[in-house]
Amino acid sequence: MDSLFAHSLLVVTGKGGVGKSTVAASLGLAASQRGMRTIVVEVAERDDVSHALGTSDAAGPHRERAVSERLHHISIDPQRAMEEYLRQQLPVGALAGLLLRSRMFTAFTAATPGMRELLTIGKVWELAQHNGRTGGAEPYDLVVLDAPATGHCLAMLQTPRTFASVARVGPVAKRGHAVASFLGDPLRTAVLAVSTAEEMPVSETLQLRSRLREDLGLDLDLVVVNAIVPHRFSGSDERTLRAAPPSPARHAALFAAAWADHQRAQIARLRQGLEDVAIVTLPFVFQGAVDRAALEQFSRELDA
Amino acid sequence: MSVATLMAGKRICICTGSGGVGKTTTAAAVAMGLAARGQRVAVVTIDPARRLANSLGLEQLGNEPALVEPAHFAGQGIELRGELWAMMLDAKQTFDELIDLLAPDSATREEILANRIYQELSRVVAGSQEFTAVAKLHELNASDRFDAIVLDTPPSRNALDFLDAPQRLTGFLEGRALRVLTAPTGVAATMAARGSGLIFSALRRVTGADLLADLSTFFRALSSVVDGFAERARAVSQLLSEPTTTFLIITSPEPAPVEEAIFFRRRLDEAGMPFGGLIVNRVRMLARTPPSTDESALTADFGGDGALAAKSVQALADLRALARRDNASLRRLTVGLEEKHPILVPQLDRDVSDVAGLVAVERFLFAPQRERSTLLAGQAF
Repeated sequence: MDSLFAHSLLVVTGKGGVGKSTVAASLGLAASQRGMRTIVVEVAERDDVSHALGTSDAAGPHRERAVSERLHHISIDPQRAMEEYLRQQLPVGALAGLLLRSRMFTAFTAATPGMRELLTIGKVWELAQHNGRTGGAEPYDLVVLDAPATGHCLAMLQTPRTFASVARVGPVAKRGHAVASFLGDPLRTAVLAVSTAEEMPVSETLQLRSRLREDLGLDLDLVVVNAIVPHRFSGSDERTLRAAPPSPARHAALFAAAWADHQRAQIARLRQGLEDVAIVTLPFVFQGAVDRAALEQFSRELDA
Repeated sequence: MSVATLMAGKRICICTGSGGVGKTTTAAAVAMGLAARGQRVAVVTIDPARRLANSLGLEQLGNEPALVEPAHFAGQGIELRGELWAMMLDAKQTFDELIDLLAPDSATREEILANRIYQELSRVVAGSQEFTAVAKLHELNASDRFDAIVLDTPPSRNALDFLDAPQRLTGFLEGRALRVLTAPTGVAATMAARGSGLIFSALRRVTGADLLADLSTFFRALSSVVDGFAERARAVSQLLSEPTTTFLIITSPEPAPVEEAIFFRRRLDEAGMPFGGLIVNRVRMLARTPPSTDESALTADFGGDGALAAKSVQALADLRALARRDNASLRRLTVGLEEKHPILVPQLDRDVSDVAGLVAVERFLFAPQRERSTLLAGQAF
């Protein structure tokens, strides 16, 4: 984990429903417990992470809040990111206000494809600056982005480069280039995929890796395989079970054995497809909900 | 209640729910079940699992439905009396086709398709997949080639994007501000006015003149297809609220998808869209009576292997803990969705990524209530 935590930004993505927010929150906890000033960032008007951390986002979106020692949280609102960007670009505050009140400008930004994504990832970049954050805000050692699901995340990571190339010159081009080179720098940005040991999430993880390499020149730094059930039964156990008379315990044991076998096959498939990318696993939680205590446990497993 | 009864008299079935709950699989199993019962069915899937696609012969499919060869189902315990057509949605291509259809002349069409903003950014528009999915639905419905169309919805993190897509687009396209923006002379026209001139110079300052020029061309070209888009979006909106359309909400018993399912039901009602039923996938069923966990009896069953008996008892305890949690989720769903009879599909001891898996799911979806209860009881822990 040392090399992972040496980055400025960890992008956590994966198929829907695999536990991205849980992993992002656990990584945030682990980093903060190592003494790093850390922020977990959410997008798309969700606050799964603050739920998981046992706090609610009562302060409203787009506010950096401390959730525990050295651990912070923000849910990015593109509109507010836009306001920040304008106030920074336009030396006269009144001019920014004028733009923001202009209906033409509102329509313009709403209609421009990719603008929301650009503003969102631009804000993530701003949070990850170790020097010269806007308005002299205190810098973070690490930003953990609870990113959208695979396809949308890839699109979002590509947006700055696209805007930079379309705009060619001017402030958007300049900002686009800065964000794109930050995202494309493997020393500063790491991409993590969360998966489960099932057919579709594994396929999506493998696709994510090839698209990262082809479209962005990046590679996966780590794959976290979530919800792994214990592997209790050997092949000879399974033969004994199948030969035994029906009973509820036998039914459960055969079910659990098939589940674990299937997961092992999928992890093998993942390993083969990923070649040298590191894989860590997190256990399936059978009892209770994924609460703060579970996150603490996960953060220890991830940082082991 | 079963999918067979839910779909009686319906032409369009939209499977919705949050990511990772088995929407694509459910959509495919619903379509297969309808085809088995004699209908001509099209299933529109979005990025399905490769093995599922392969098993349906979908690999080389484009953006149009293709007939799934009946041979794919041979020896799988299901016979298709009707026809199953399947396609994978290609958002970019659907968008291009739409421009093709709506552009007033070939010069405008070429201008839009060649615009760098359109080319490079059309695929990242938030909601473009949602919009193209409904555009495709509209096209397939209008073609009158199918008795039923089953639509898988995009894996957006927020399932509601799908529902809002047509209205958002209509509202936006009809907004006065965009009319100003897309007037024949584009943003340039607004420079003449003094106030807008100031705004324009501020805008240039924050974007750069080059980008502004490209965007202006993009919006000007797009303005010629605005009416066509708006009309389409209205037609789709209407189609979604027709009585022959039904929305199935798909969820798993995990807490987050359950809350989204409840929220989604509320939004369907608010939007006047017809809620058809609830399907809960991957349920661990709880046995009515606590099973015996007599380790010595089990040890005898297992030829004297006491360790195996202990591990089996532990596995049963784990699965019963899960089943209790799922049971609580089901109660929450029943109340939150005001749906007394959700259709439950148990967690199968295999991945559903081939025809055999689809057939297994289809049995649960289409079985009459009583038969399904018996099937489910057989899976309980």
